[in-house]
Amino acid sequence: MTKSKSRRVLILIGTKKGAFIAESVDGRQTWNLKGPFCAAWPINHVYGDPATGTIYAGGGNEWFGPAVWKTTDCGATWTHSSAGLAYAEGEPPIKTVWSLARASDRLYAGVEPAGLFHSTDNGETWTHLSGLRDHPTRKDWQAGGGGLTLHTIVPHPSDDRQVWVGMSAVGVFHTADGGATWTPRNKGVRNDYMPEGQQYPEFGQCVHNIAIAPGDPDRLYQQNHCGMYRSDDGGQSWRNIGAGLPSTFGFPVAAHPRDAETVYLAPLNGDVLGRFMPDAQTAIWRSRDGGATWADLRQGLPQQNAYIGVLRQAMATDQLEPAGVYFGTSGGQLFASADEGETWSTVAQHLPSITSIETLVIDD
Amino acid sequence: MTENSDSPGYKSHGHNSGVRVLLPRALVDLFPGSVGDVQLDARTVDELIHALDARWPGMRDRLVDTTPAIRRHLNVFVDGGRATLDTGLVPGTTVYILTAMSGG
Repeated sequence: MTKSKSRRVLILIGTKKGAFIAESVDGRQTWNLKGPFCAAWPINHVYGDPATGTIYAGGGNEWFGPAVWKTTDCGATWTHSSAGLAYAEGEPPIKTVWSLARASDRLYAGVEPAGLFHSTDNGETWTHLSGLRDHPTRKDWQAGGGGLTLHTIVPHPSDDRQVWVGMSAVGVFHTADGGATWTPRNKGVRNDYMPEGQQYPEFGQCVHNIAIAPGDPDRLYQQNHCGMYRSDDGGQSWRNIGAGLPSTFGFPVAAHPRDAETVYLAPLNGDVLGRFMPDAQTAIWRSRDGGATWADLRQGLPQQNAYIGVLRQAMATDQLEPAGVYFGTSGGQLFASADEGETWSTVAQHLPSITSIETLVIDD
Repeated sequence: MTENSDSPGYKSHGHNSGVRVLLPRALVDLFPGSVGDVQLDARTVDELIHALDARWPGMRDRLVDTTPAIRRHLNVFVDGGRATLDTGLVPGTTVYILTAMSGG
């Protein structure tokens, strides 16, 4: 069992006006909020490297373009770089960095327009993994409502050559050779926005977020624009696990840190109904059986007039026992649970619109 | 902050042989040690931005995209007009790099 009281727990918060860090040193009872960092740039993802404690923030500024920011002292000082974070001359300029992930010595960055870069010097310089944009389907990739973004990066936990990415509205793609070649992995995922008879295409599904189950790299969970899905074969096929949920629509999905069967969602009322939590009552939904059944978790969360939205990267768990669960809202509220979602408390109420939540646990 | 010939790293090039460039505060804040008023040798805006990048590595990425062009929400003014990377500069010119009104 991991003792939580002797560790620093950080909630890493991306917002539309900078990165923030909330820190607890008393077993997740109270939180101290710091920020905004990164010159208050719009930050889409703040990611903590558990191996080094380095925190990276990916985003982009209307004036100055995309960059990955970095701090090695928990936010006291930051640097930024976009060296190499560019497509070839003449191609559309990269607007912003959307997602970050680490696998072994590689740091990945997903960008808009959709593409994947990696860095082998901890974010100082970047190299384009051009195989993804060389895929023959790219000419038919279409942007989702949030743009043509590579918003989710899921490295295989033990095989550095394998990575899954989620792109809107393109779908899930997988590489088994370190990014040289890619295959779409969307079989079984429905696209409601295609004509009858064409709703299960090879690509073009609007994936919103993917999570990999701990201890079982073949088990993936996907929140899609058009339903909730699970794969047991590394994304080669998917099946709908949405029965029992209040809607088919939502953005984030978060896996439990140790139990492959436990997964968390933040369902919203629907894509044309305002995209807030059903009945304006805040709830996170949890399955303990791999999506066969779902239960709502709402103790301590606002239950009246709560027109809350949660964006695709704005929910996370931590590594502690019991697991912490965290989500941020597009209205700037941050909620935390230190007991796997059973009860919730409010960490912050008036942040800028929250784009991402991650956690980092540091042993002093 | 204004740089003058007493500043460390100042490149001596004789009076009026270079151009003066004024940088926006939001850019200066991104590069510790940079200054908002600097003299450089450059014959075009592109050369000017390369010279800025040589002094403060990474600055060109903040000013120029891969079109390549000056970023969409920045303006570079030379002799009162909006410039491009190819705009020529003569000694004694003052170049203004300004953030455009944008965002929300």
